[in-house]
Amino acid sequence: MSASDTPARIAQRQKTRNRWLLSSPALLIVFVAAIGPLFVMLAYSFMAKGDYGGVKPWEFSTDGWFGVFFSRDIFDDTLTIADANVTIFLRSLRLSLLTTLITLAIGFPTAFFIATRPARMRDVWVFLITIPFWTNILIRTFAMQEVIRNEGIINTVLVATGITSEPVQILYTDWAILFGMTYVYLPLMVLPLYASMEKLDFRLVEAGYDLYANRIQVLRRIIIPIVKPGMIAGSILVFIPSLGAYVTPRVLGGGKNMMLGNLIELQFGAGRNWPLGAAISITLMVLVMVALLVYVRYAGRSGGQHHG
Amino acid sequence: MARSFDVKTQPGFALIAAFCFAALYLPIAVLVIYAFNAGESIAVWEGFSLRWFVTAMSNTAVQEAALRSVVIAVFAASIATVAATMAALATTRQGTYPGLSFKYAVLNQPLMIPEIVTAVALLIVFSRIKVWTGYTGLGYLIAAHTAFCIPFAYLPIRARLESMDSALEAAAADLYASPWQAFRRITLPLLKPGIMAGFMLAFVISLDDVVITEFVKSGGQETLPTYMLGQLRRVVTPEINAIATVFLAFSVLIVIMFFFVNRRKA
Amino acid sequence: MRVKRLLSAVAAIALLPAVAQAEGELNIYNWGNYTSPEMIKKFEDTYNVKVTITDYDSNDTALAKVRAGGHGFDIVVPSANYVPIWVNEGLLLEARPDQMENFKNVDERWVNVPWDMGRDYTVPWQWGLTGITVDTSVYKGDINTSSIFLDPPAELVGKINVAPEMNDVLFATIRYFGGEWCTTDKEVLKKVRDKLVEAKPKWIAMDYGTIEKFASRDYAAAYYWNGAAMRAREKNTDVRFGFPKEGFPFFMDSVAILADAKNPENAKLFMNFIMDPENAAMISNFAKYSNGIKGSEAFMDPAMKDAPELVVPSEFQEAGAFLQSCAPEVNEFYAKIWTDVNK
Repeated sequence: MSASDTPARIAQRQKTRNRWLLSSPALLIVFVAAIGPLFVMLAYSFMAKGDYGGVKPWEFSTDGWFGVFFSRDIFDDTLTIADANVTIFLRSLRLSLLTTLITLAIGFPTAFFIATRPARMRDVWVFLITIPFWTNILIRTFAMQEVIRNEGIINTVLVATGITSEPVQILYTDWAILFGMTYVYLPLMVLPLYASMEKLDFRLVEAGYDLYANRIQVLRRIIIPIVKPGMIAGSILVFIPSLGAYVTPRVLGGGKNMMLGNLIELQFGAGRNWPLGAAISITLMVLVMVALLVYVRYAGRSGGQHHG
Repeated sequence: MARSFDVKTQPGFALIAAFCFAALYLPIAVLVIYAFNAGESIAVWEGFSLRWFVTAMSNTAVQEAALRSVVIAVFAASIATVAATMAALATTRQGTYPGLSFKYAVLNQPLMIPEIVTAVALLIVFSRIKVWTGYTGLGYLIAAHTAFCIPFAYLPIRARLESMDSALEAAAADLYASPWQAFRRITLPLLKPGIMAGFMLAFVISLDDVVITEFVKSGGQETLPTYMLGQLRRVVTPEINAIATVFLAFSVLIVIMFFFVNRRKA
Repeated sequence: MRVKRLLSAVAAIALLPAVAQAEGELNIYNWGNYTSPEMIKKFEDTYNVKVTITDYDSNDTALAKVRAGGHGFDIVVPSANYVPIWVNEGLLLEARPDQMENFKNVDERWVNVPWDMGRDYTVPWQWGLTGITVDTSVYKGDINTSSIFLDPPAELVGKINVAPEMNDVLFATIRYFGGEWCTTDKEVLKKVRDKLVEAKPKWIAMDYGTIEKFASRDYAAAYYWNGAAMRAREKNTDVRFGFPKEGFPFFMDSVAILADAKNPENAKLFMNFIMDPENAAMISNFAKYSNGIKGSEAFMDPAMKDAPELVVPSEFQEAGAFLQSCAPEVNEFYAKIWTDVNK
């Protein structure tokens, strides 16, 4: 028996094994049906593009990656940073951040409201949050069009009540995209928030009030630190998918300004440049992954300090 | 101690929640109203009629598509929720350990790639498998949906676990409960709201998916979203609204059932 | 357990055979909402064949899926400019529809087409064109010009929708400046890009689904397909369709049999079947585009027979051309212009 086989070590090893066993089904599924195929994409990003979509197998090329960062001016051949990609990326980033903030601002009170209902009613409220999403995204987006168009409900109310004299053009603007994305991603914020708020121990809150904290202080010092994991989860679930959003910008934004999802889609569609599409998406994934790991680490650490 | 106010409220929160529910249901109301439109439009009202429900009733293609969507969503969300719950238990409240960041990154990866890319990648891999095995059933769609549902189930469950303290489970262990007993009697009930949230999210995400389904589906495997995508370029009639309305009616029915079951339990 | 019972019920549904028993089968892969159910029913009853229809929403998706293999489809309906790609990549069966019984019904105009001379591979399904739709209660001037969306009159600014189709938009714009499709003339292309960048802020959207929006008067003009214009006119009688004199693209979707079809004989039966005037008329009555089969007019809805949108006036005949597939380098160039315009 070597010195390393102390009971503590054995227990530790068993624990490690259990952790891997427990997580293996999920890891396996993601590997088989999401990450594995991505290696194909990684390989594709280093191949020459096929004449009519696809790639030329085994013909090495870095044109795809080159196209992510640089662009040769189509008319005078000068080499510049790929400003079209940057513009589109920044627009996506801006709209996604705003969407995350708005869903948080609306979602937090809503989750709090649900979490403070009598226990047996909470599941019903959770259901009520998700019911609108049983109808699929396309038809929901069409219904949104109805609400925000010039003769739609919002404008009718605005004009009828005299708040504005003319209908406000919302449809086909960035505002419409923002409205639409907030709508589409709201449950992704509310549900994780609810999940971490549901067991909020109100004796802590009461203790806070007993110590003469006001409502804002109670919210900031007691409630938020406890539900922080939910806020993080919700923000991730809203922010990342909205970066690649495709349907909403298309239908509500009128498709005039691309977002990242549309840019990438173009490369796999009429643009017939699969390597560029693959390279853009891998770049996006790496950026998001790094941001995510940094964020989680930072958020996890600062979460502890608040308790002090 | 005299409590002069309810500790469970925050100023304005109920109002925002009310606004939130109103905003969620406003487009849904519009959608349901137009399901009863006599005209062919989803935007111009031409009088009341049930014709689109009749059309939908006789359109077997769209009924099969709707049923298929639900079947895929139930399978994918169930598998994803079970796998995600296990993964959440293994990656939460353990301190940091080697491999944790790796697992976390892997489990969230399906979020980070725009759908079209996963779709094309899956097309290439799955069609090879289809050729080799000759199997072209729903399994591919269920596998693909399960994979992208995992982060949606995992994150709420994990958030729930992180907000739980482990004192109760430790107490159970002190009382000689086996790890399995402790899990069944203590952890699982406490975890339930997280699992419920995760499952619901996974379910609606699967119901909604268009792009990946479009690329992975085999012949005859239309789902409701891909069926609608085909209509998008041509003309969209209130038939779709009628189908959505039936779906909504079903889900409301489930809520009512839920409500009564829970009330009886209480 | 409740959950278990529910799951097993669902499993039973999932495992049901997808296709009912029939003598033979036919798997059609076509654009969504494009295939007349009535016509399919008739085909099924005539030949005792079970037909399965699967939708796609773009030529590129269809091409990618079939190229990847393992699809199980027998028939596909690619657009004219894509047919040569399918043929060159060996994806299509040389079905020789020109030797089929009903081929005599095909309008001579659609026999010697550039993408399939003499029709060795494909038969016409439907054809149409992209042109100008205008609500004449808003604008009363000449509508037979691309300037409606490229240099819009003041009345129409902010009310124009343009189909989000790279090829159709670039085609009209290149022709607007006198260039030929697939041109690499940088002077022309620079004008094209600058014009599109300048015109885009004057459009309200680049979206599908114009019929609704003309009915609700959200749009007053569009660069869009003629079949949709006809349906928009049925909802809003002020709507008229213009044929841009500078140049406009035709499209034709053609039925082809896949090289690895499992039911090639049924597929050939189907090809022959849709060249029958009565059956072709069913297709048109459902999807509202012309079909290219002589004699089908007799079976068409009266509203379609006389629709001005579907008949190209002789003076504009010359302005129309089929979108060809440009060389890969040219396509790359066009995609860059398109990205530039849409950024």
